Amino acid sequence: MKILKGFAYGLALPVILVLIWWASTLGTTNFFVPTPATLAEAFAETWFGERIVSDVLPSIGRLLIGVVAAIVIGIAAGLLIGSVKWLRDFTEPVLEFFRAIPPPVLIPVLMLLMGITDSMKVVVIISGCIWPVLLNTIEGVRAIDSVLSDSAHTYGIGGWARVRYLVLPSAGPQIMAGVRQCLSIGLILMVISEMFASSSGLGFTIVQFQRSFAIPEMWSGIVVLGLIGVAMSFIFQWTERRILRWYHGLREVENAA
Amino acid sequence: MSAPAVTTDGRGAAASRSRRRPAKKRPTKQLLGLAGILAFLLVWELVPRVGIVEARFLPPASEVIAMLFNDFGLTAFWLAVGETMLAWFLGLLMAVVLAVVLGFIIGSSSFLRKITNSTVEFLRPIPSVALIPLAVLLFGVKIESSLMLIVYASFWQVFIQVLYGVADVDNVAMQTAKSYGLGRFARVRYVVFPTALPYLMTGVRLAAAVALILAITAELVIGSPGLGREIALAQSGGAISGMYALVLATGLIGVLINLLMRFIERKTLSWHSSIRSEVIV
Amino acid sequence: MQPETTPVSTGRTLPEGQAMLSVRGVKKVYHTDGGDIEAVRNLTFDLKAGELACLVGPSGSGKTTLLKCISGLLAPTEGEVLLDGARVTGPPKKMAVVFQEYGRSLFPWMRVRENVELPLKNAGMGKAERDKLVDEALEAVGLDHVPQSYPWQLSGGMQQRVAIARAVAYQPEVLLMDEPFAAVDAQTRADLEDLIRTVWKKLGVTVLFVTHDIDESVYLGQRVIILSSSPTVIQEDLEIDLPDERDQLNTRALPRFTELRHHVYEQIQRAKQGHRPAAATQAGSAS
Repeated sequence: MKILKGFAYGLALPVILVLIWWASTLGTTNFFVPTPATLAEAFAETWFGERIVSDVLPSIGRLLIGVVAAIVIGIAAGLLIGSVKWLRDFTEPVLEFFRAIPPPVLIPVLMLLMGITDSMKVVVIISGCIWPVLLNTIEGVRAIDSVLSDSAHTYGIGGWARVRYLVLPSAGPQIMAGVRQCLSIGLILMVISEMFASSSGLGFTIVQFQRSFAIPEMWSGIVVLGLIGVAMSFIFQWTERRILRWYHGLREVENAA
Repeated sequence: MSAPAVTTDGRGAAASRSRRRPAKKRPTKQLLGLAGILAFLLVWELVPRVGIVEARFLPPASEVIAMLFNDFGLTAFWLAVGETMLAWFLGLLMAVVLAVVLGFIIGSSSFLRKITNSTVEFLRPIPSVALIPLAVLLFGVKIESSLMLIVYASFWQVFIQVLYGVADVDNVAMQTAKSYGLGRFARVRYVVFPTALPYLMTGVRLAAAVALILAITAELVIGSPGLGREIALAQSGGAISGMYALVLATGLIGVLINLLMRFIERKTLSWHSSIRSEVIV
Repeated sequence: MQPETTPVSTGRTLPEGQAMLSVRGVKKVYHTDGGDIEAVRNLTFDLKAGELACLVGPSGSGKTTLLKCISGLLAPTEGEVLLDGARVTGPPKKMAVVFQEYGRSLFPWMRVRENVELPLKNAGMGKAERDKLVDEALEAVGLDHVPQSYPWQLSGGMQQRVAIARAVAYQPEVLLMDEPFAAVDAQTRADLEDLIRTVWKKLGVTVLFVTHDIDESVYLGQRVIILSSSPTVIQEDLEIDLPDERDQLNTRALPRFTELRHHVYEQIQRAKQGHRPAAATQAGSAS
C-alpha cells in the first residue's frame, strides 16, 4: 500500500503534465511544439538507428573518459596539495582563479592549441571538470579532524594506510560534492564543445536539426540530453549513497540531537 | 565532525602568564600565494619564449596582460562586460525570485513536496545547454536567449537549497510560534524565513557562479552580445593575445563574483551563530 | 594524620633500567605568531611496569601537552621521554592513547569492529589472531553485542568503550588516557572507572591516566602526580595507600579516601594561587 502510494505520488504530476501538453497541442499545428506522438515517433526514428553508434556513443565515451580522468587527477593532486601546507598556500590563489574561469571559454583556447580533435574535446572536459574535484579534495584533506589524525598516528597508521583509512574517507563527503559539480559541468562541456567545434556528436546533431528546422527531431535530441543527465544523476546518487552511507547516518544522528 | 581544531590544553592560560616576545607578524600564507601567482606567470611567460608551445598559439603572459590593460581603456570592452553582467544579473534575479517563491510554497506543504519530487529530480539534471537550440529558435541572438539558459540553470541551485532550508525548520520553534498565536504569514516571516536564509544564501552563491558560466556559454555558442562572443570573434579573427586577455577577464569577473557573494553571505548571516556548511545536493 | 608531603619539583624516579616509562626534564615551548608560550617547564617522573598513575592538575596546566609529548605526537623542546629504555621520537608501537573526544577519535566510516581491528590489520597481524584479540577486547569492555554498529549510533559512554577496546586489543605496554571520561555523564563515568581498574588488573598494563577530577584520580590511581599551574612543574607525587580492591560505594566512603582527596584538593588550590615548590622556582629563575 505504501509503495503504491509512493508510486502514485511519483507519477501523478508527470502524467498531468503530459496530458496538458497533449491537450494543448491537440488540433493545433504549433510550429515549435510537436505533439507527444510526433515527438515519440521522431525520437524512435532519429535515435534508434545508426546515430547511436555514430553520434551518441562517441559523445558519451568522450564524456566518460574526460570525467573519470578529471576525478582521478583531481583527487590525486588534491591529496598531495591538501597534505602539504606550503604547497596549499602556494597554489591556492592560482587554483581559485582557474576555478573562477567559466569552463566553456576553454573551448576556443584548446581549439587553438590542439585543433579540432577528439582528444581536444576530452581535454576540454578534463580541464573544465577538474577544479571542483581538486579544490574540494584539498579542502577535505585540510579539514581532517586533528583528534582523528592523532589517533591514527598513535596507532602507527601512516603512509598509504593513512590515505586509505583516514584521508580518503574523511574527505569523502567533500570529494563527492565536487564530483557532483564535475559531472554536470562535464555534460555541459561535452554538448557545447560539439556545438562549437565539431562535425559529429550529440551537440552537433541537435544544432543541425535546429538549423534545418527539423523541430521534432531537435526536441528529441533535447530529450536524449535530458535522459543522459538524469541517468548520470541516478548513477551518482546511487554510488554516493553507498560510499557515504556512514556520513548520511551521522548527519541524521547529529540533526536529531 | 566540524569541531574546531583543538587548542592544546594550557596554551590559553599560559599565554597570559609567560612573557611574550614582541609579536612578529608572519604573513607567510599570503606571501606563498603571491609567490604561486608569480611562479605561474613565470612559467606561462617562459613556455612560449623557450618554444615549448609556439607563441602564436600561446602568447607570453606579459603580452596577454599588456593586452588586458589595453582592453581596460576601450569602450567596446566595457560594453561587452556590461552586456555579460546585465544578462548575469537579470538571469540571476529572475531565477532567485522564481525559486524563492516556488521553494517556499512547495517546501511548506508536504503534499506538494511529495507530488513534485519525481518531476524535480527528472528536470534538474537536464543540462541547460540542451536548451540552446530552442533558445536560438525562439529568440535568436538576443539577450533573451542568454536569460533562458541562465534562469534554467540557476533556478535549480536556489530552489533545491530553499527546499532543504524550509524542511529544516525546527518543529519546536514552529509549535512555540503556533502556541503564541502567530498566524501563517507571521510564522513564515519569523520562523521559516530565518531558518531557510542560510540555505538560500548558499543557493544564491552557487547560482551566481553557474549564471556566469551560462552567460558566457550563451554568448560563445549562440552569439548573443557580451564577452563570450568577443572571445569567439577574437579566436576566429586570429587575435590570439586578445582572446587570452578576454579569457583572463572572465576569470577575474568570476573571482570578483565569488568574493562579492561570500561577502554578502557573511553580511546577511552575521547574526547566525554558525554559518552552516553546505548541503550536498 | 596528614599524608607526608615532600614539595619537590621532580616526581618519584627509579634506578636506571627499572622504569617502564621515564619522563626526564621535559619542557615544551610553543612558538606562535604572538610570541613563545611555555606550556610545560620541567617535568621528571618514572612509572614502573604495571603501575596505574593519575596525573591531575588545574585546568590549563599543560596536561594534554605533556601527554602529547609522552605519546610522541609532539617533540619536547627540552628533555626526553624513555619507553622501556628507548627514547620516544614518534608514536611508539608499545603505546596506545585514549583521547577525551571519543566522538572524534573513532573513525565514523567504520563499524565498531573495524575500528578496533584497524590498528592490528595495519600492523600486519593475521586474520585469526586479529579476530581473537578483537573479540576479547570487545568482551572486556562489554560491547560484544554491537560489533556491527557504527560508533555514532552508540551513546557517548559506549563510544569511549570502543576507544578503550581498540587500545586494549592493540596490546600496548603503556596505556595513556587523556581525560577520557570528562565528556560522559556521571553514572557512565563510574562504570568506566571500574572498567579501567578491571582492564588494568587483567592485562597488567602500565597506565597513565590524565584527569582534572580529583575524586577520580584518588579513586583510580595507585599514585597521583599533581601538577602545578602553567608553566608546569610537578607540585607533588603522592602515593595512594587505599586497599587494592576498590568499589564505588565503599572506597569512596573510607576516611582515608576523604583525607587523600582533601590533600590533593588543597595542593591544587595552592597551585592555582601560584604557589610553586621551592626547587621549581629555582629551576625556573635559572632558565
